[in-house]
Amino acid sequence: MTGLLIVLVYVAIFIISALILGVLAGKALRATGFNSLKTVTFGDESAVTPNRAASVVSVVTLFFLWGAFTGSSLIPSFLHAPGPFIGDTSFTYTASDGAGNSDDATVFARVHIVGETVDDPVAEGADDGFAKNDVIKVGAWRSQLIRVDRNDELGRDENVAITAINGQPIAPGARVRVDDGEVGMTPKGTLNFIPAKGLQMEPIWLPSPEAVFARFLDVATQGYQNATLWEHLGYSLFRVVVGFLFGALIGIPLGYAMGLSGWFRGWFDPIVEFMRPVPPLALIPLVIIWAGIGETGKIILLFLAALWIMTIAARAGVSGVNITKVHAAYSLGASKAQILRHVIIPNSLPEIFTGARVAMGVCWGTVVAAELVAAEVGAGMMIMVASRFQLTDIVIMGIILIGVIGFSIDILFRVAEKFLVPWKGRS
Amino acid sequence: MSGLHIKDISMRFDLPNGGSVQALQNVTLDLKEGDLMSVLGPSGCGKTTLLNIVAGFLAPTEGEIELGGKTVKGPGAERGMVFQQGALFEWMSVRENVAFGPKMKGEKEFDYAENVDHLLDVVGLQDFKEKAIYELSGGMQQRVALARCLANDPDVILMDEPLGALDALTREKMQGLVLKLWKETGKTIILITHSVEEALLLGERLLVMAPRPGRIHKEYRLPFAELGVGADLREVKKHPDYNSTREEILSMIWNMEEEIMGRTEASV
Repeated sequence: MTGLLIVLVYVAIFIISALILGVLAGKALRATGFNSLKTVTFGDESAVTPNRAASVVSVVTLFFLWGAFTGSSLIPSFLHAPGPFIGDTSFTYTASDGAGNSDDATVFARVHIVGETVDDPVAEGADDGFAKNDVIKVGAWRSQLIRVDRNDELGRDENVAITAINGQPIAPGARVRVDDGEVGMTPKGTLNFIPAKGLQMEPIWLPSPEAVFARFLDVATQGYQNATLWEHLGYSLFRVVVGFLFGALIGIPLGYAMGLSGWFRGWFDPIVEFMRPVPPLALIPLVIIWAGIGETGKIILLFLAALWIMTIAARAGVSGVNITKVHAAYSLGASKAQILRHVIIPNSLPEIFTGARVAMGVCWGTVVAAELVAAEVGAGMMIMVASRFQLTDIVIMGIILIGVIGFSIDILFRVAEKFLVPWKGRS
Repeated sequence: MSGLHIKDISMRFDLPNGGSVQALQNVTLDLKEGDLMSVLGPSGCGKTTLLNIVAGFLAPTEGEIELGGKTVKGPGAERGMVFQQGALFEWMSVRENVAFGPKMKGEKEFDYAENVDHLLDVVGLQDFKEKAIYELSGGMQQRVALARCLANDPDVILMDEPLGALDALTREKMQGLVLKLWKETGKTIILITHSVEEALLLGERLLVMAPRPGRIHKEYRLPFAELGVGADLREVKKHPDYNSTREEILSMIWNMEEEIMGRTEASV
């Protein structure tokens, strides 16, 4: 229910901001330069540039929705989705013995934030008749069974049953709406008070942004599961880098050999073509059987994840060499070794960089998955253990950090590519 | 060197369907040092195959190539090649491209740097020495390719439609440059082209080849290249023999093309 509402709000913000920024303010934000003079832009992909205002609104919207539906203190409270009911409330029940005798009594409920200690509410007003008033405490988003007849003079044993709540009739299995919540009745006739939940998410499902950030500071300073945050992330990164380096160290020369020698290609083609479509995750069980859950197993797994990608990238790099370049180099008197060094290797660098970016992405995904399965330390292990204790804030923090690191790796490669292979795509 | 001898070259390609194509049949040619020969012919006449055989990229099924008394076995630095495009190394600057040959031979930079600079001046790229290849226009790239070939000081320069990808104006300028370099360096040059005008202007000797099988059809000896050195090529075209020769060669090639078409239609 809340989920549907969030989607609706999201779509509404998308449409409204598109109308405001895209149409009304569009003239100021429209593309400048050559593209502004193009009359055909629909269908011309080159004329489509990302609208940075949309990117900003998009990110802000995500955090806004997150904050609004978790009651975050970062955004003003009038923008919050309705929260759960907190405070004192009451309802009356009617008990009757089926022979015409009935009596009313009031249940005083105090709804409090889970984890806080509060006093019992105080019963008020007259309390005559056989049914007696009750007081209960309920945590927000929780519910509470109330044996109201336990303190009554006539109870279930005397065939007295509850027939109405606030004057509305109730029967086993039914629910009645009261102020600030609902009262249900179990099949055995026990009342169950469910305070209004509102539309906000409970922190155990989705903590607020500031709670996640606070947990981040906490884990960053205190650590979690016998390792600091930096150890968790550092171990994951270390495994990725070492696995990737081994994969590149073997894979790139292997790819070159496959691109340059028929024997190598014939020998390794079946292996590479078979291993390429095997997801690295499928190798986790075998690697655990062979090498255990320690560092060796992880690095072997990541080595295998990177190996085939780098092999294929290097092979593609060799076969992508324009034959006229090779002919030209031979005509200029270059030897085979010189052609490898000065023509084939530099010409394949763009392909190798693309492969390295893909391989790093796959490795990063694989290491987290491998740590989810079994590890003593690592980003994946951190969020897996946290999820078992329903520490959703650590899980979300971990996911965000994993995403940030993965994204940073990709950016790093893109920057390196720009500096090291400036001729990419320009021959 | 004592000239380039193309001795009775035949080339047959086997096709996957079991048949074969006679790309060249009994081609014999002798070039002496300093010859400038343009090669013309309809597509499929084996011009490029012939050039690739001379360059050493292909081994002929029969016959042999001899350069300076030695039989050609494979590609070598004494036979420089200028391609239509795509043969420059994008990962090197203009200067590094031109210096590639001497560097591969193991010469010291101190020894070849001056010559490289000089060649870049000759081809008019003095202001682009440190540029990247992809920053240059097509015409400039071909100037680099020429300079790179010359820097290696080959005995023979083989050009495979070197100006084919250029626009008409740039092409005309480059034709002048090729003539100038030919005269200044005295290199033996074989130039393949699709353009009859270019063949006339850049061929002291002009070879017309015929297709199926690829063979030498006729050879001309022309005065235009010599006249064109350092002169306005448009003036050369006003020479009384220019137009008549052009028409003669054009109709010759037209006839070959029509013959092919007719044969193809008959076989269909």
